[in-house]
Amino acid sequence: MPQRALPYLLLLPATLFLLVFFLYPFLQIAILAFSSPEGFTLKPFQTMTTHWKFGTTLWNTILLTAIIVPIQLVMALAMATIVTKLKTGRNAILYIFTIPLGLSDLAAGIIWLAIFEQSGFLNSVLVGLGIVERPVLFLGYQNLWVIFVAVILAEVWRATAIVMVILVSGMGLIPKEYYEAAEVFGAGPWKRFLKVTLPMLRPSLQTALILRTIAAFEVFAVVVALGGTTLPVLMGETFNWQFALNDRNVAAAYALVILAISIASTLFFLRVLRTPKGATI
Amino acid sequence: MAEIVIKDVAKSFGAFTALHSIDLTIADQEFMVLLGASGCGKTTLLRIIAGLETPSQGEVWIGGHRVDRLPPRERGIAMVFQNYAVFPHLTVFENIAFGLRMKKVPQPEIDRRVSRTAELMHIEQLLKRYSGQLSGGQRQRVAVARALTMEPDVILMDEPLSNLDALLRLEMRAELKGVLAASKTTTIYVTHDQVEAMSLADRISVMNGGRIVQAATPVEVYRNPAARFVGSFIGNPPMNFIPAMKVGEGKWQVAGLTLDGPKADQDRLEFAIRPEDVTVTPGGLKATARVVEPLGAHTLVTCDVNGAPFRAVLESDLRVAPGDDLSLAPKSDRVRWFDPETTMAV
Repeated sequence: MPQRALPYLLLLPATLFLLVFFLYPFLQIAILAFSSPEGFTLKPFQTMTTHWKFGTTLWNTILLTAIIVPIQLVMALAMATIVTKLKTGRNAILYIFTIPLGLSDLAAGIIWLAIFEQSGFLNSVLVGLGIVERPVLFLGYQNLWVIFVAVILAEVWRATAIVMVILVSGMGLIPKEYYEAAEVFGAGPWKRFLKVTLPMLRPSLQTALILRTIAAFEVFAVVVALGGTTLPVLMGETFNWQFALNDRNVAAAYALVILAISIASTLFFLRVLRTPKGATI
Repeated sequence: MAEIVIKDVAKSFGAFTALHSIDLTIADQEFMVLLGASGCGKTTLLRIIAGLETPSQGEVWIGGHRVDRLPPRERGIAMVFQNYAVFPHLTVFENIAFGLRMKKVPQPEIDRRVSRTAELMHIEQLLKRYSGQLSGGQRQRVAVARALTMEPDVILMDEPLSNLDALLRLEMRAELKGVLAASKTTTIYVTHDQVEAMSLADRISVMNGGRIVQAATPVEVYRNPAARFVGSFIGNPPMNFIPAMKVGEGKWQVAGLTLDGPKADQDRLEFAIRPEDVTVTPGGLKATARVVEPLGAHTLVTCDVNGAPFRAVLESDLRVAPGDDLSLAPKSDRVRWFDPETTMAV
């Protein structure tokens, strides 16, 4: 067998897998979103965009992402910096930080529901301390912002560690000499972070932000657990149209919207955090 | 004015003592080379002066200020690192300007100083490039320019030429010497390369096992080694050593030959001579040639003297073949004596 064919041959199973289980369903969804019994149509998109929930849904999803991802980024940077500086117990701390990653998002949502619901931990504590007379309904539609905060808390708690893990490994790749050079040439700890760590972490930041942002656009189970349909998000609406309203075409249209904003955000991070030619370590 | 005074500085890493009580004074504008084999503590000493390492004891003074508890940026130093540490995410211009930006020097001043040092190091045409687009030698120049542009009192260099190929090293060595002499800074330069040390230094501190064995001018270190180690470490090929027995007041027997020597109390000393300080003259040390290596200008002959190897650098027009018996007479003013107990010069 010619040597040159070998790499392609080895890649064949994975390529086939992706074609069959990714590209094919994707095409199906795309076709679904533009079809009706009469043939090609934009009707599913019209139904989607004219529905009163669409604007709120899109806004909620983007707002959640715009709040969650920056919080996670800042926290992960701080955590990763601390972890990298540790001399002993580094692995133990890493494992502890990453425990929430082992939970499914639904489980995470239920844990936070157990805290915030009317008979939950928070209410028990507040009643026990005499701060409130009877349990408060935190997660009702009158207090939409509480649901919002609860979702943000749950998401930050659940998925910050993945950003941290990527950043820790990225920080480990920065040679110590750069920090020493920066120190000698006048940079204090904060300046070293800004002038050495952040720019040299760019490839890791890019990966982490793309992964996290895409995942944030797909937020679903945590929102459902904490807010039901009170706080509609794109993924929840997709589910709704598919299974509750039985309109697969509109559901497909929603899926395409999620895909579009995911691609847009990926391109954004690729562009903003690109490394100039010749500027790699 | 930046005289550097090191008082009783020691450093331990756990149970390992890297430096034993170092005392050293480096004069203003002096070029001091710390020379030694790897693991002798020379880099540790440099890093303590830089502030990248804290001494376990002792004091470091730069220009009349005690600095051993100050961070590096408050010491008035600049440094060239072994692997250059040229920031990959910054252009050459920004690398050179890094320290000035940290000091919030105004932009016109930065432009002026960066372009001047870039010109000095012949890298004006590289200012817009990133380090990934530079060769090792060019990166080296950027690292030196970054240090020079700070106009520091002290420049510290940690094996700056060790990653360059031989030819480039030779070229950079001469250039560094010129540039640093013109910059009027005090320089401390760490190397394990004795030729580099000899050619650059005003003074060399030869280090061994965490101690400074001798701190003197290159010629002094070469001619009058303070200890056996210095004689054996400096010079290529190194000094020859032959055990000597006292046979009378100031008379020593060396491999069957009686020589005038120091009037010492010891019964035994070590006779030492540099390979180029012997001549083929009757009445000298009896030697049998073993290996003959013509080197062009000279011929290096490895012989047997008293059953031990002895190297002689002889005139190249002298015809010697392996197996020949030679009589090698040491030049009497070049003979040195060491105490085998203390290994120090007598």
